Amino acid sequence: MALIIEVNHLSKKFNDIYAVNDLSFTVNQGDIYGFLGQNGAGKSTTIRMLLTLIQPTSGEINLFEKKLSTHRSQILQQIGAVIEKPDLYKYLSAYDNLSIFAKMSGIKVSKQLLMDQLQMVGLKERAKDYVRTFSQGMKQRLGIAVALVHNPALIILDEPTNGLDPQGIADMRNLILRLSREMGKTVLISSHILSEIELIANRMIIIHKGKKIVEGNVAELLDPAHTFIEIDTLNNTHSKQLLLQSKWAVFLQQHSGMQLMMNKTEVPLLINYLVAMGVQILSVNSSHSLENYFLSLTMQSRHVEAFAN
Amino acid sequence: MLKLLQIELFKISKRPRTYIAFIAVAAIVSIFQFAFKVDGQSYMDLMLQNVKDTFTFDRVQAINGYFMCYIILNTLLIQVPILIALIAADSISGEANMGTLRLLISKPVSRTQIILVKFAAATVFTIFLLLWMAITALFVSLFIFGIGDMLIFRTKGDESQILLITRDDIMWRYYAAFAYATVALTVIAALSLLLSIFAENSIGPIIATVCIVIVCTIISNINVPIIDKNIKPFLFTSYLVGWKGFFYIGTDIDGKTIKGSLENWPAIRNSLFILIAHIFLLVTAAVMVFKKKDILS
Repeated sequence: MALIIEVNHLSKKFNDIYAVNDLSFTVNQGDIYGFLGQNGAGKSTTIRMLLTLIQPTSGEINLFEKKLSTHRSQILQQIGAVIEKPDLYKYLSAYDNLSIFAKMSGIKVSKQLLMDQLQMVGLKERAKDYVRTFSQGMKQRLGIAVALVHNPALIILDEPTNGLDPQGIADMRNLILRLSREMGKTVLISSHILSEIELIANRMIIIHKGKKIVEGNVAELLDPAHTFIEIDTLNNTHSKQLLLQSKWAVFLQQHSGMQLMMNKTEVPLLINYLVAMGVQILSVNSSHSLENYFLSLTMQSRHVEAFAN
Repeated sequence: MLKLLQIELFKISKRPRTYIAFIAVAAIVSIFQFAFKVDGQSYMDLMLQNVKDTFTFDRVQAINGYFMCYIILNTLLIQVPILIALIAADSISGEANMGTLRLLISKPVSRTQIILVKFAAATVFTIFLLLWMAITALFVSLFIFGIGDMLIFRTKGDESQILLITRDDIMWRYYAAFAYATVALTVIAALSLLLSIFAENSIGPIIATVCIVIVCTIISNINVPIIDKNIKPFLFTSYLVGWKGFFYIGTDIDGKTIKGSLENWPAIRNSLFILIAHIFLLVTAAVMVFKKKDILS
């Protein structure tokens, strides 16, 4: 399978701070690739480097098996992107905005093409209206139309569901799935709404403080072996001490309980162990959603720091 | 490049602020024309009070369309840089402010092309603004005040001069003067463009451009030998009013004006070269800065 994105040891330093630190990942043709991380994790910086908005401090980016630094124009012709907010020219109509960016993408523009594109995102009736009169959702849809108008092979969506209502989020999800399944597009999507990624991505990466924490198939990463457990007991401090002496590691202790990562099949063993040690259990919750997985991984680093202190 | 320029001009044409400059020019010119139509005689009396015994003029004829245009340009070309900055200083900063800059740069267009197209669009705007000035200040004035020989009042060193240019020797001078003014004002456009790269809204670069023009103009008008020799030759503001040189007609040994001549063509030519050099340096700097700029807006 062809490699669409290949990032090798990519770093970006702002003053003395690394926004992205030695990041490597690959995206294959046809992937819907989830790009996950908390605010400030380095997602947008990485995406901006993929789109040549920011120059890397070090490292290499290859897109469509070509070096981005030497084949920029050729590569960008094959990319459609919505970067954070879909900001467009407010003093122009939807049609004019689409026309301008289509021409800049180097394609032959026809009225039919533009109207078809606007119809695809449900804006045909508003084609002549100024963008300043559009709602956030309509702007987002127009942004998608701008990203797709030149029929790119790779679509990069940075936080595309920001500011959308639930229906808008569902529409966006369906559109992304359609782009991948029906049109064979490769999609890289970053989002804070991790459950969205879980629903659509087949591969993903989680980054934290500019560094890769994990990359792989969503199905594998959500394997029962990575079940996320929350336990609340009558005496959590004592329980934590007991767990630290056991084979199970506690990620985080809060007032409401402790969080652990383990194989789901080991949950009964854990409960038996705690009961045998005289712990009174108030509740046990398990989940293997991507969101908890993501939280657990990013909390792990906090936990390590907390313990180090 | 042509397609990109068309896009850029289309965007400029759709922005309401573009027309502020045209409205301002029309308003100022109209006020001048109205004032001179109503009370031009007083102005002419004031200008000629020192020489009324030496020369005899038909003072009504002296206020004609050519003369009016010269008076208007004298005042207006000092203010026009602000109007140019309104558009040119918005070139990059306006895109950054709207958030469209990141979309623009993620398209298969090089950053050098973007800057060159922005500069070309600002230049086209400058040309259109000067054409508008030509229409309103020259052709409308000719229509209102009629045609006649033209008087130029001038201070040369410590003495005042009055030059007379015959009506059949004027028009080409205006064409040349407007062409020179286009080059001079293009320097302002290039400066504004460079400054707009550093900002994320257009107010900063507009104010910065105006401040630089004001400071440099003040320095250009300070008559201190050390500044005359070491600073003034390098300031673009020293050459902004060089268009007047086209109206300083050459004279013979007897002091009679020579039709079709210029008093100091080499000075005009050098001024043009220096202005063009400024444009080249400013646009080159803009390209270099923009190529290395991280787009964080």
